[in-house]
Amino acid sequence: MKSKSKIILIFILFILGLSSQVVAQDDPSGDVEVFTWWTGGGEAHGLAGMIEAFSKIHPDINIVNATVAGGSGVNFKAVLVSRMLGGDPPDTFQVHAGQELNALWVAAGRMEPLNDLYEENGWFEQYPQGLIDLISDEEGNVYSVPVNIHRSNLMWYVPANLEAWGVTAPASWEEFVTTTCPTLQEAGIIPISLGQTWTQVHLWESVALGELGVEAYNGLWNGTTEWTSPEVVATFDRLGQIMDCANDDMNALSHQDALLMVTEGRAAFNVMGDWAVSLYTVDEGLEPGVGFAWVPSPGTDGVFMMLSDTFGLPKGGPNPEATRVWLSYLGSAEGQDIFNPLKGSLPANTTADINNPELYNAYFQAAYADWTSNTIVGSLAHGLVAPQSFLDGFYAIMAAFQSGRDSLTASSNAAVLALQTGMGR
Amino acid sequence: MAVQQAVVSHLPATSVTPKTVQYRLGRFVLYIILLGLSILFLIPVYMVLVTSFKSLDQVSISTMWDFPSRFTWESIRKAADQLAPSFFNSVVLVLPATIISAIAGSLNGYVFAKWRFRGANLLFTLILFGMFIPYQAVLIPLVKFLQWADLYGSLNGLILTHIVYGLPITTLIFRNYYAKIPTELVEAGLLDGGGFFSLYLYVILPLSVPAFVVVIIWQFTQIWNEFLFGVTITSVDSRPMTVALQNLSGSQIVEWNVQMAGAFLTALPTLLVYIILGRYFIRGLLAGSVKG
Amino acid sequence: MSMKLRINVLPFMVLLPSLILMAVFVYGFIGWTGYTSATDSNALQQLSGQPARYVGLKNYEDLFTGRLNARFRIDLVNIFFFTVLFILVSQIIGFGLAVLLDQNVKGEGIFRSIFLFPMALSFVVTGTVWQWLFSPNSGLNTLVTYIGLPQWKIRWFISEAQLLEFHWNDLAGILIKILLGIVIFAALLYWSRWRSQTAAVLTGIAILLISLLTFSDLDQLTALEFEENHGFNLALIAVVIAASWQMSGYIMAMYLAGIRGIPDELREAARVDGARELHIYRHIIVPLLRPITLSAVIVQGHISLKIFDLVFTLGGGDNLFIDMPGINMFFVTFRGNDFARGAAIAIIMLIMIAFVIVPYLVISLRGEVE
Repeated sequence: MKSKSKIILIFILFILGLSSQVVAQDDPSGDVEVFTWWTGGGEAHGLAGMIEAFSKIHPDINIVNATVAGGSGVNFKAVLVSRMLGGDPPDTFQVHAGQELNALWVAAGRMEPLNDLYEENGWFEQYPQGLIDLISDEEGNVYSVPVNIHRSNLMWYVPANLEAWGVTAPASWEEFVTTTCPTLQEAGIIPISLGQTWTQVHLWESVALGELGVEAYNGLWNGTTEWTSPEVVATFDRLGQIMDCANDDMNALSHQDALLMVTEGRAAFNVMGDWAVSLYTVDEGLEPGVGFAWVPSPGTDGVFMMLSDTFGLPKGGPNPEATRVWLSYLGSAEGQDIFNPLKGSLPANTTADINNPELYNAYFQAAYADWTSNTIVGSLAHGLVAPQSFLDGFYAIMAAFQSGRDSLTASSNAAVLALQTGMGR
Repeated sequence: MAVQQAVVSHLPATSVTPKTVQYRLGRFVLYIILLGLSILFLIPVYMVLVTSFKSLDQVSISTMWDFPSRFTWESIRKAADQLAPSFFNSVVLVLPATIISAIAGSLNGYVFAKWRFRGANLLFTLILFGMFIPYQAVLIPLVKFLQWADLYGSLNGLILTHIVYGLPITTLIFRNYYAKIPTELVEAGLLDGGGFFSLYLYVILPLSVPAFVVVIIWQFTQIWNEFLFGVTITSVDSRPMTVALQNLSGSQIVEWNVQMAGAFLTALPTLLVYIILGRYFIRGLLAGSVKG
Repeated sequence: MSMKLRINVLPFMVLLPSLILMAVFVYGFIGWTGYTSATDSNALQQLSGQPARYVGLKNYEDLFTGRLNARFRIDLVNIFFFTVLFILVSQIIGFGLAVLLDQNVKGEGIFRSIFLFPMALSFVVTGTVWQWLFSPNSGLNTLVTYIGLPQWKIRWFISEAQLLEFHWNDLAGILIKILLGIVIFAALLYWSRWRSQTAAVLTGIAILLISLLTFSDLDQLTALEFEENHGFNLALIAVVIAASWQMSGYIMAMYLAGIRGIPDELREAARVDGARELHIYRHIIVPLLRPITLSAVIVQGHISLKIFDLVFTLGGGDNLFIDMPGINMFFVTFRGNDFARGAAIAIIMLIMIAFVIVPYLVISLRGEVE
């Protein structure tokens, strides 16, 4: 009976569809389920703001804001994978640009190419080519719409505090470990604050970039840098030295707790992505450059380690036509200028109103200059350069390294892991 | 009969023990110990409540024990607003799932306790084993199955899931409880011409109240608090409260005051059940699952 | 029990729906998971609709011997120590509370509710709350300063200290030695008391074990090509405290019910004979509560072996010092997209649980037949 009623329903919809096509020139309508892990803070406000503005333009399309939080994003992935496997994909879902998108969803053929959308909206000219490459396959099919750009390799501090303690932001990790760290420790200040395992992976990627340089860092992901080479082993040794300069309760702290240690004056530095800006300005009410400041993490000046939140169109979604309308809005300068100031990120669309200081504060003005002039590399901790299977194993390697400080084991295990998860192929 | 025993046990001890100085000292120490333990048990509650009444700028892990400098209902209101829709989902989920699994368990227990047949023990064991499986292990097959049955994403699917995985424990409790009801009672009913169902309705069911209390408390708590199924097999508008609670926390900024207020609100229904039915819970345990 | 009622079709029809549901939801799904664990199934291959390749026991072999699966072996050691401690602690607290409340306490209902209420909370809530309480620079550590004590420096769930350290490669030897100890003890007991056949059999087993220890190369049994240190992580104590806080009330309720169920004539008789209260508990009440202890241990045992949400919310997921198989399984499956390895962990968890449950089921059902 159920299937019969379904057939009737489809038939009715079909008829309606035909008639509406004649009458209303095919205006898509209905529900569009937007599936994200953005449940709180600026990201939730940004999404809500975009939905509100969108609903005014397209009152017939009802955006269903579906979120799954908790478990550092694993709950979200569990639900998404289960739904996709069961043939019940959401209309569109959040996914990081790069391997998180390509190695699973695109490789499995579950995503619709969006080239027509890009052409209609002129996005091929509006989005940086490097970014488009990250979300495309080898044939040039583009599979998602980036909504923002984040920078991962930043070191945060409070200028007045550094002055009082008589240190400056170090230019290299070498300097940090040999000079900055001992000075601060003598003054009873924690030189660098750290949080739970994922923030340690986040720190490692910045350290690796700083110590290895762009080419060798990229080589880790395309297979030209040996994980067991002395240079890579040295990045773990360096990480160990930095951890010796960090708070000893790192495994009990979230990344927020660690960031707040800096503004509370308990720690001097913290390495974190630029979502720190929204915490510092919105929640703490601090002014960029005064209440807090930033430099590229040591040794990575002129390099922009990026990540990007994007939205794709899974095959077999219930309402692809209306979803395309939503995605068009999401990728437009207009939509991104609503979302990003609230979320605290750079717009991915280059025609966005980035120079408007009302929308984008001093940090983002500076960051945009870097984004358009720096060398771009991808983040490991945020799904860009390695598939999820590698990342999961790397967390375990990092957790073991953090307690044992065994850099040889860490790098040789990472080598095995890279081989097993088919990286660099 | 269970109730009588519990009441009776209060009387003789006081009448026997002499009210000497030593006795009074002993009582004093006893109450001190109980009070001390109560305080230890309540420390987390204090923390949850205090945090719930703070505004976000007062919340910090280093001042967690301090009283709020000014009381505010803001966090509780905010949490309540966001949890309200899923509260109703949870109610709609928990009531049928609890009642149906209790009734099914009662019938199963009746069969296993009073209508023994060849292989009954084996079947009972097979049912019981279902209680012990780690639920992550069945997640993917479950999702596929529910999608196949067109139940995925609805509360009905979740209700079915909770009924099924509740069957082992409800069957166990009722079986153990019914085993204590004298079989002669049922046999007498049978001689009077009662059938399978009439015996259940007129002989067994009226005696089942204590067991139902235990089963209902247990199932209500389990289903209300369950998260894994709740998050994977529902859709946005059929989410239970535990999932909404998780969604109160952002991936970047955690508003601890709202979190704690939400935790408090989510726990209220089960707390009420325990406080109201608590005394019957012990009696039910006494009458049911305790064998000896 | 006396004569049973005769079976006819009706009762069986009543059972049938439950049996069918169990067959599908429990055994069908376990079978599915079991099969998955013997393949190379992963998210990519499933999503692209390709068939999984059959790989036999390879996933299991990887878990026990693979370089990258140290985490799983840590989990096994953790879950062992956690289960033992959790059962022990909550049994002691639960029984203690039951005895205290059995002393005709005024306001018993209030105390009972206080001890029982944590049971009503979800593990997610408990985990969050205890994460704060165990915060190394705040929480319980600073609470004591409010009553004038110096601040504690306990590291709770992030402690990296280990006791009883051992190498994984020595595990087989250690296990056999422990087993040998138990067998020799039992054999001596049987010889001294009953001198039955069992004693002879036990002695035989002991001799066999001794020869195994002396003549075989036990390192080969747990073959790892590298050294791997394990031990009892002190961080687990924090998890034990949180879990016991939540579960001891339930244990208390069971014991309280059990104590109240003991006929008063028994106690009275003992009192008349001049027995002291302590004596009455030790020799009359405790022995009668044995069945309750058994079912309480079973309830705790399976909660403990399956534990997931509590540790996940408490520790954040990647803290290996308190890591548990349930968390690892969830991560491997949904973060690492490796369905097959996740399924293998699930099956191993199931086998561990079965080791606890099946003997209980057999004993309790056999006990009824007698």
